[in-house]
Amino acid sequence: MPSKDWTVLDFEKPIAELDEQIAEIKRLTQEQGIDRSDEIAALERDRDRAIEEIFSNLTPWDRVLLARHPKRPYTLDYVRVIFDDYVELHGDRLYGDDHAMVGGIATLGNRQVVFVGQQKGRDLKERQYRNFGMAKPDGYRKALRLMKLAEKFGRPVITFVDTPAADCSVDAEARGISESIARNMMEMSILETPIISIILGEGGSGGAIGIAVADRVIMMENAIYSVIPPEGCAAILWRDPSKYKEMAAALRITSADALELGVVDEVIKEPLGGAHRNPEAAAQSVKAAIIRHLEELEKIPVSKLVDARYKKFRSMGVFEDLSKKTTKKDETSEEKPQEE
Amino acid sequence: MPGGYFMSPAAWFKSRVGEDRRAVRQNVDALPDGLWTKCPKCNVILFNKELEKNLRVCVKCGYHYRLSAWERIQITADEGTFKEIETGLVTLNPLNFPDYEAKIERDKAKTGLNDGMVVGLAEISGHPVGLGVTDWFMGGSMGSVYGEKVARLFELATKKKLPVVMFTMSGGARMQEGILSLMQMAKTAAAVARHSKARLPYIVVLTDPTTAGVHASFASLGDFIFAEPGALIGFAGARVAAQAGLIDRPANFQTAEFQLEHGMIDRIVPRREMKATLTKVLDFCVGKGVSSDAE
Repeated sequence: MPSKDWTVLDFEKPIAELDEQIAEIKRLTQEQGIDRSDEIAALERDRDRAIEEIFSNLTPWDRVLLARHPKRPYTLDYVRVIFDDYVELHGDRLYGDDHAMVGGIATLGNRQVVFVGQQKGRDLKERQYRNFGMAKPDGYRKALRLMKLAEKFGRPVITFVDTPAADCSVDAEARGISESIARNMMEMSILETPIISIILGEGGSGGAIGIAVADRVIMMENAIYSVIPPEGCAAILWRDPSKYKEMAAALRITSADALELGVVDEVIKEPLGGAHRNPEAAAQSVKAAIIRHLEELEKIPVSKLVDARYKKFRSMGVFEDLSKKTTKKDETSEEKPQEE
Repeated sequence: MPGGYFMSPAAWFKSRVGEDRRAVRQNVDALPDGLWTKCPKCNVILFNKELEKNLRVCVKCGYHYRLSAWERIQITADEGTFKEIETGLVTLNPLNFPDYEAKIERDKAKTGLNDGMVVGLAEISGHPVGLGVTDWFMGGSMGSVYGEKVARLFELATKKKLPVVMFTMSGGARMQEGILSLMQMAKTAAAVARHSKARLPYIVVLTDPTTAGVHASFASLGDFIFAEPGALIGFAGARVAAQAGLIDRPANFQTAEFQLEHGMIDRIVPRREMKATLTKVLDFCVGKGVSSDAE
């Protein structure tokens, strides 16, 4: 029976059908008390083979759908698994509390950390409450306030990125959404404590980079990181919104692309079939990566850390420099500017 | 304004042709290029020479025309002081994005520039500064070369202990360079941070339009932020905002006036007062220079 579940993507349907068959046999097993474990094992093998086959042929657009998957674990789902304990803290001390951006203090083994991240909602009501994960200036300022707290007490910062974009409504504009994102990037670039960012789902443009200027930027396998949503780009550049699939490919937004382009440091493999099929395992992988990177970063003196962070973002971009040597020579041989 | 200005083209037309202006405008449209321009805001016919004299501001309604990078330098830097740097940076097509090279070549031919951002060292009323200006090259969009030039300007200014004056004009990040363009936001913001930490002044002038990736990075980080009257300024680019279907927009949404009203900029400064304002701010930050009694 084909699945009518709206949370199942088209390309996931063969998997969902096998899942249903397996569930049905398991139910019958319980009801009738007949051992059909061989049958179940065979079906599970079939299913896993199907997943492997489907997931080895994903298009960039399929990744977009996975990054936006309605069952995909969100920031607080990760927070609950990764940290032994956490206390959410609210508000930007300026205007309000943005529900699209969460943050707080947490313990990770023997470490005390600060976390911030965009939060999406699961059902319609919660989605509205979370503004679909689109933070306003208040959210970015809350994030910065908490990061400054981390700096003050010498605690590392973990940021979780999952946003289609920053909010661009009239009140976001009125309170300075541009300024809040710009300020965050500037302050994060000189924040004197380790920062790790994890792109969990959607790394949506300025909304994402506004909390992702970090010593280590890690990306989930099926996350996307993009300067603009493919639909918007197709509409703007090609004046044809129906070309979003082609645009998803052209924009190079997958985790493999981001790694190749030098924008992220590591890609975390997701459980078979995507993070939503095993959120616990996905979170454990993230946890292991966070600890591994923190161990490295904590050994680096903070001034070197900040320097390295600057160099990291400084080196991003691809261009040709025709006058590289002569330019440098010019600079040094130039007379000093008149300062008096 | 210097003297020598006798009659506005509008007045001239009125005196010559009375009320039948529509017909005249149509006739003017058919006139050879280079003599007359029609103001896009108030539709008045402007004599190009007068428009130039008025710094390309409509004499009737005050509409500020967009300037090319070199026009901006000419009216901002002391004569003969601008020295362009980083001219050897050339845009590539790192994503192999369709049609990108063709668009680059088209705008290279159109503007005579390698990319939208022009950076250099200059003097403003005797104050040595790092100066960045933008041209309408691919919509003033910020790709790798643009971001690199901004970062290098700030680094050089930090090294030479110079203020930075930045005129922005941009539709946002350059989509054809994808995620690499987004990283230019972080790169430029980080470069501003270091310059700022060295206690050096950074003055931004937002000109029409400054939106999206540029507005949400170095353009919003000045110690002083000015804007030209009527400039479109905001986070969501015009077409992105249209896509998002924003409703209930106030009439002045995303203008310099809206940004002033909401506390996002220091002042709206008409073009003819811009250099004097920059001079006062530079005087404040670094003290009056020895040669500040400019011509």
